[in-house]
Amino acid sequence: MSRRRAEALKLATEIAVPIAIVLVWEAWARSADSQFWPPPSTIAQEFRDLWLFAQFRSDVIPSLMRILFGFAIGSAIGVAVGLPLGLSLWARKFAMPHVEYWRAMPPPALLPISVILLHSIGNLQKITFIAFFCTFPVLLNTIDGVRALDPTLVDTARAYGVPVRERIRRIVLPAAFPQISAGMRTSLSLAVIVMVVAEYFSSTSGVGYVLLISKNTFQLVPMWAAIVLIGVIGYLLNLAYMMVEHRLLAWHRGWRAATPL
Amino acid sequence: MTTAQEAKAESLRTAPRVTMSPRIVNALVVAGSVAFALLLWELVSRSGLVREQDLPTMTATVGELGSLARTGAFWSAFLHTVRGWALGLGIAILLAVPIGVGLGLSDFAGRAFRVPVEFLRPIPSAALIPLLFLTLGTTLESEVFLAAFGAFWPILVQTMYGVRDVDPVTIDTARSFGVPRRDRLWRITLPGAVPYIATGIRIASAVALILAFTAELFMGTPGLGMMLNYAQSYGLTTQLYALAIATGVLGICTHIAFTAIERRALRWHPSQRLGAA
Repeated sequence: MSRRRAEALKLATEIAVPIAIVLVWEAWARSADSQFWPPPSTIAQEFRDLWLFAQFRSDVIPSLMRILFGFAIGSAIGVAVGLPLGLSLWARKFAMPHVEYWRAMPPPALLPISVILLHSIGNLQKITFIAFFCTFPVLLNTIDGVRALDPTLVDTARAYGVPVRERIRRIVLPAAFPQISAGMRTSLSLAVIVMVVAEYFSSTSGVGYVLLISKNTFQLVPMWAAIVLIGVIGYLLNLAYMMVEHRLLAWHRGWRAATPL
Repeated sequence: MTTAQEAKAESLRTAPRVTMSPRIVNALVVAGSVAFALLLWELVSRSGLVREQDLPTMTATVGELGSLARTGAFWSAFLHTVRGWALGLGIAILLAVPIGVGLGLSDFAGRAFRVPVEFLRPIPSAALIPLLFLTLGTTLESEVFLAAFGAFWPILVQTMYGVRDVDPVTIDTARSFGVPRRDRLWRITLPGAVPYIATGIRIASAVALILAFTAELFMGTPGLGMMLNYAQSYGLTTQLYALAIATGVLGICTHIAFTAIERRALRWHPSQRLGAA
């Protein structure tokens, strides 16, 4: 078998297997006829009716806004706190126990506390909650990125009398950015998870809220449609972030390719 | 060398050295940092910066945690959570490692299941809670399924990467020496993938704990999550804080344990050798 034919066969399998899975699911669900496992075609119909675009404005937009604001605020705090911690050994030693503790805390354990402390079940609580948990992956990666910085770069800049602020802006931040970006990608998928959990716990709108209501009212098909939508949001946000990262880090790949390691 | 540095080096040579091992210094810093945070908490609550009914004092919360720790109900809930986490993680490892090896070894299988894996992986497992609630009910099976489902993906992906990342020269060398396929798998590919798998398991352990706890909180399967839910419903704010702290302690303990295991799995690796870093 020639190489090109093997490649074509692989591509065909890559396309055929997912289709086959959906077809088998469809056939199985139709024959089982269980109200818990509606066939994919029914879910797709419901998906279109619900999300494209009847409840898009009322529930999808709020959820997306919460994800994006929480992610942006959390990332900003992560970088702002991670920089000094990466640069100073003693600050790092002092702060690390807390970073490690809150990072290892399962997010839902803080849900009731966040409602009590913020007196809110609206956007204030949702965005704060998402931002809090988005901070840690960015924070830890910023610390690692700053610590992995080539000391020669910093020393050279210092020898040439580049002031501290310029050193951070022009050397430390760009050098640590690939690592920070990896942390941000983790944070973005975390934001989706935390959004679902937070809306499922207490809310008046959002995808998680629709999920909760359709469960409570025993409406299986809308519930499946909400699950699929959450999967699609997670998938698309990750894809979008990878595309942005690809552009932002284009200089980095070029530099890496030119530098023998 | 500048004069200041010379003077410092000189003083280091002549001054009576305070012999304190870095381990003790680190432990002191950790203790100081924790004490500082606890004190800050007490002050914030007592000064009325945050109302005491919203944020109970640190001393009251720690006291509550102490009295909880003397009840059987707390430890039973604690063990339930640990059981859900351990079973979920164990099942995920048993399923994800062999499947990951299979998908990593065969280019064909890897390509065939690329799309399903890439699509299922980012789905937040918490979205499955209502479905499990309605199908499996508030049982241990629901909790374990959820934890296993969430923990499966990081291990699968890491195993696939690990198997694919094995140095091809090593494999080719073994092949040219006539090492049979099965021995190549057991002696080269799998040991080479172990550090990746260990990282996957460390990530999966955190995911499994989060999901076991989430299942308890939202579905009412017995455990710390259910206890937290009750404390919330009855307005027992102090207990709410105490349980959150206990959950965090469980989280940090599993994290420390699996980081240690990961480091052990990586011990032979050049990046972990002393002096390399």
